[in-house]
Amino acid sequence: MAEKKVKLMQGNEACVEGAIAAGMKFYAGYPITPSTEIAELSAERLPRIGGKFIQMEDEIAGISAIIGASLAGTKSMTATSGPGFSLKQESIGYAIITETPCVIVNVQRGGPSTGLPTSPAQGDIMQARWGTHGDHSIIALYPSTVREVYDTTIRAFNLAEKYRTPVILLMDEVVGHMREKIEFREDQEIEIVNRRKPNCLPEEYKPYKVKEGDLVPEMAAFGDGYRFHVTGLVHSETGFPTGNEKVAEALTKRLFNKIEENVDDIVEYEEYLLDDAEIAIVAYGSTARSAKSAVEILREEGMKVGLFRPITIWPMAEKQFLQLSNKVDRIVVVEMNMGQYFLEVDRISGKNSKVEKYGRVNGELITPEEIVSFIKEG
Amino acid sequence: MPSQLVNEYFRTENLPHIWCPGCGNGIVTRAIIKAIDNLNLNKDDVCIVSGIGCSSRASGYLDFNTLHTTHGRALAFATGVKLANPKLNVIVITGDGDCSAIGGNHLIHAARRNIDITTVVFNNNIYGMTGGQYSPTTPTGDKGTTAPYGNIDMNFDLCNLAKAAGSTYVSRGTIFNPNMLIKQVEEGIKNKGFSFIEAITTCPTYYGRKNKKGEAVDMMIYLKENAVNVAAYDKLTDEQKEGKFVIGELYKGSKPEYTEEYNKIIESFSKER
Repeated sequence: MAEKKVKLMQGNEACVEGAIAAGMKFYAGYPITPSTEIAELSAERLPRIGGKFIQMEDEIAGISAIIGASLAGTKSMTATSGPGFSLKQESIGYAIITETPCVIVNVQRGGPSTGLPTSPAQGDIMQARWGTHGDHSIIALYPSTVREVYDTTIRAFNLAEKYRTPVILLMDEVVGHMREKIEFREDQEIEIVNRRKPNCLPEEYKPYKVKEGDLVPEMAAFGDGYRFHVTGLVHSETGFPTGNEKVAEALTKRLFNKIEENVDDIVEYEEYLLDDAEIAIVAYGSTARSAKSAVEILREEGMKVGLFRPITIWPMAEKQFLQLSNKVDRIVVVEMNMGQYFLEVDRISGKNSKVEKYGRVNGELITPEEIVSFIKEG
Repeated sequence: MPSQLVNEYFRTENLPHIWCPGCGNGIVTRAIIKAIDNLNLNKDDVCIVSGIGCSSRASGYLDFNTLHTTHGRALAFATGVKLANPKLNVIVITGDGDCSAIGGNHLIHAARRNIDITTVVFNNNIYGMTGGQYSPTTPTGDKGTTAPYGNIDMNFDLCNLAKAAGSTYVSRGTIFNPNMLIKQVEEGIKNKGFSFIEAITTCPTYYGRKNKKGEAVDMMIYLKENAVNVAAYDKLTDEQKEGKFVIGELYKGSKPEYTEEYNKIIESFSKER
């Protein structure tokens, strides 16, 4: 039996280790607190495994470079925090319309603007969903432990490759900087998904044609001999721009539906003590850790409280939220913002149960005790 | 009948192009493919990356690996492509606004790194795609739709900028002298490092009309009469230089190239293994 590798590491480090396990060979980014350790560790690790790291001149260049590298056939990632995430939005849209797999990490901090650079926040939930302009769907994941950061980063790469789309990995300052014990899996246990390459003749290759029964088009890399065109303009199956309204409608819907019609495959969540629960707390990221403690405290006091923790933030686990609302009388959404995910939970669950929000926007963690007293008072 | 060069290097099914009658972009695009042809590059090993604007639409017409990116960011995308696959000959097609306004930061840093990318700027002194707004290269005093009383900005000398930022090959040509332009693109591709070629082109539709420069032919004559080769230009007095501009090879240097330097780091670890 192989020796277990046990390490003490922070979330940002686990993110890099997960990315490398998933096959990341290219990182481009710009320094920003509290995500910088992801860049630093990538700079140290990548050349040792034949990969490349580059510190770009700004945040926009960081995401642009990873899209270019991905199109040249390399699994790529960038990481940033609040203000940098705002700057990257246009190119996230470019990755969506060009169906370029890549991972964008956002270790959230207090905002708006420069805000609270070294403090945790969860204010980018809606920006992750709607930050880039135009109609689109998006995949956004949010781990809450260091162990889970590692696994979820691998999953982010796998989903990016499978659905040919940018995947946003959300963390917050606490998840990014907190150190926990992490046990590494053996290589063979890790499922790795790679984009499917075409094997047709170059003259027959249509870079945006989805074959019958396939989820996404096959993806050649620049230099493979297929000489295809990539554009952010609306394009036909050939990859070339068109203003044809039928093509435009079909493309926008296909990009949207490839995610929205596969929600069951994409959503991941944790249910904690919900079986007999009358009250459910909804929380994610570091807040979910406090929420879990709150559940335990309230249980000891005899209250039937459970936790629903979405790990996939977008697309939303609508089916599960509907089921939850049929089961409990009261849902409390706890998040470090003014109530962003609450809006969505209320939209789905609000018809069948009372949905309330509890938030905090001062850069301090939400404690189990304040969740406990909010629930008791209610 | 399209020429053999067009048949070989254009995606003829995507023609006609979107450029206006009298636009010089076709001449610059031809100079690029002629240079590629002269160098016998394999089409599979060429990647053309462009930004947004009239000139940047050229990528869609050319039969290589082609990437039409976002406004201003072509060089940042190209940096990712080149690092991920250094075997590709990466050529960036951009315009004066794309390259030096919204993309100015990427230009100076790509030049600073001396990454092996050849950048050809189609400088028509105006934002054409959006209908004639002044750009960083619109001469001071000239008009654009957003400079109705004359442009009070100082205009950029792009070649000086590219040289100062660290490019190892810098030249300027015009569409009046395509043979010089072809040679310059060839030299740029051959240079192992960041190459910058400013191709002065014409926009009779917007820049010409806004500034009463006449028709396409008049604008070509202007280029013929006012572009002075570097050897001759250097001998002119300041008075004689008035209204003239310099063309030719303006700088050639030698510095370590970025992707090669990075590969040395990778190799140092592979030896360790």
